[in-house]
Amino acid sequence: MDLAIQISLTVNGVAVSRRVEPRQSLVDFLRYGLELTGSHVGCEHGVCGACTVRVDGAIARGCLMLAVQCDGCRVETIEGVAGTGEVFDLQQAFAQENALQCGFCTPGMLLTAQDLLARKPAASAQEIREALSGNYCRCTGYHAIVEAVRKTAEARGRA
Amino acid sequence: MKPVPFAYHRPASLDEALALMERYGADGRVLAGGQSLVPALNMRLAAPAALIDINRLPGLDGISLEPEGLVIGALARHEAVEASPLVARHAPLIAQAMPHVGHRAIRTRGTVGGTVALADPAAELPACLVALDAIVRVTGRGSRRDIPVQRFFRGIYTTDLAPGEIVTAVVALPIGPGWRSRFTELARRHGDYALVGLAAHCRVEGGVIREARLAFCGVGATPVRASRAEATLSGRRPDADVVAEAGRALDADLDPPGDVHASPALRRHLARVLLARAVAQIVT
Ligand SMILES: Cc1cc2nc3c(=O)[nH]c(=O)nc-3n(C[C@H](O)[C@H](O)[C@H](O)COP(=O)(O)OP(=O)(O)OC[C@H]3O[C@@H](n4cnc5c(N)ncnc54)[C@H](O)[C@@H]3O)c2cc1C
Ligand code: FES
Ligand code: FES
Repeated sequence: MDLAIQISLTVNGVAVSRRVEPRQSLVDFLRYGLELTGSHVGCEHGVCGACTVRVDGAIARGCLMLAVQCDGCRVETIEGVAGTGEVFDLQQAFAQENALQCGFCTPGMLLTAQDLLARKPAASAQEIREALSGNYCRCTGYHAIVEAVRKTAEARGRA
Repeated sequence: MKPVPFAYHRPASLDEALALMERYGADGRVLAGGQSLVPALNMRLAAPAALIDINRLPGLDGISLEPEGLVIGALARHEAVEASPLVARHAPLIAQAMPHVGHRAIRTRGTVGGTVALADPAAELPACLVALDAIVRVTGRGSRRDIPVQRFFRGIYTTDLAPGEIVTAVVALPIGPGWRSRFTELARRHGDYALVGLAAHCRVEGGVIREARLAFCGVGATPVRASRAEATLSGRRPDADVVAEAGRALDADLDPPGDVHASPALRRHLARVLLARAVAQIVT
């Protein structure tokens, strides 16, 4: 039985049309269908945040949306926001603060932090911790990540 | 893990959605925010033959003030409820509870209808609805029912929804004069489901609590009203002795479960802590 469905969407500003199986998650579609492997897959049940992407401008779990649901949507991944330079300063700060080691959590951290700073440019360390509480890092111990985000917020405030 | 294959439908109208539910019966599942259903699919705890995606049904995501009360559509996302000036003004209890639901990337997708249909005993919104005496509005083929929440939540993950029915909205009476609300919860980490949560809604007059409505989540199969503690507080000025007495009354109101997250004794203790905090915030 062929259950596949045709979908059309934009991914990082590029129009894409594909046939997908309904059971394929958005993050698997990005990774296997489009070879955009910057979005990672950790837990597949919404707790780790490694799969975080933006759908129509709002951050969402790529493992908890089906690709078929994104028909007609605007999807952005770490490749997209890094490519446009939107998170360049955050990336620099992560590198400077040693806020990544293996890098598995980093794309999700960057998208989540960018979402926070867009809504709350002067976010406190406490607010940063709360916003990142849905993103797991098994390497850094989080402190450096919070520092990197806080310093970026400060720098953007001065700019 | 990956889900078992299923068919996918995206109805464009409520009638079409109800017809699909009838066609598939127990083999079909409604897909709303997907923040609980998709994990269950991924872990193969659920294996429906078809998903009926209601996300694009028109008119189900609105939040409006109607003659019957504040109507929050089933497809309103947690994030939209959190940001709504109408909810902040007319149902502040619900607005206060929203930031506690998961994380932002969950709240951008999760819906009001999905939360009540799921009936997770630890969920925040059902407790708020019980404290507010709200109504769950459901539609089936050729039928429409307004169900008082106390009857809607029947047990762990169990509701009064009949096969083929869809939740279309929840309706709460706007907060009246003198009423004050406070939602508080304790979780091990921000964004986790609460160990214990309290939706407190009280009418206060000159520092005296005239009426108290206390609904706890995480302490039973459904949201639990603490009627003895409510009676202890009612008609009194909540000084330290009165609050302590109400806290002791909670022991008879609540029979919390023990699990890997917390023992019954810890949950009882946390319930008393939350009661004291909520009352202090409500009367000051
Ligand atoms: C990491 C994580 C943390 C979370 N933390 C919390 C938390 O702290 N508190 C909390 O309350 N929730 C939490 N959730 C759950 C989340 O809020 C869910 O979104 C919510 O419980 C279900 O809503 P949904 O719209 O996603 O429903 P779905 O997952 O789409 O559906 C859930 C169930 O309801 C049925 N359904 C959905 N909509 C309707 C409808 N309109 N009519 C009839 N049936 C319907 C579905 O068929 C399914 O059986 C968390 C989820 C995750 C992944
Ligand atoms: S893989 Fe999606 S949250 Fe973990
Ligand atoms: S850097 Fe390794 S998981 Fe975060």
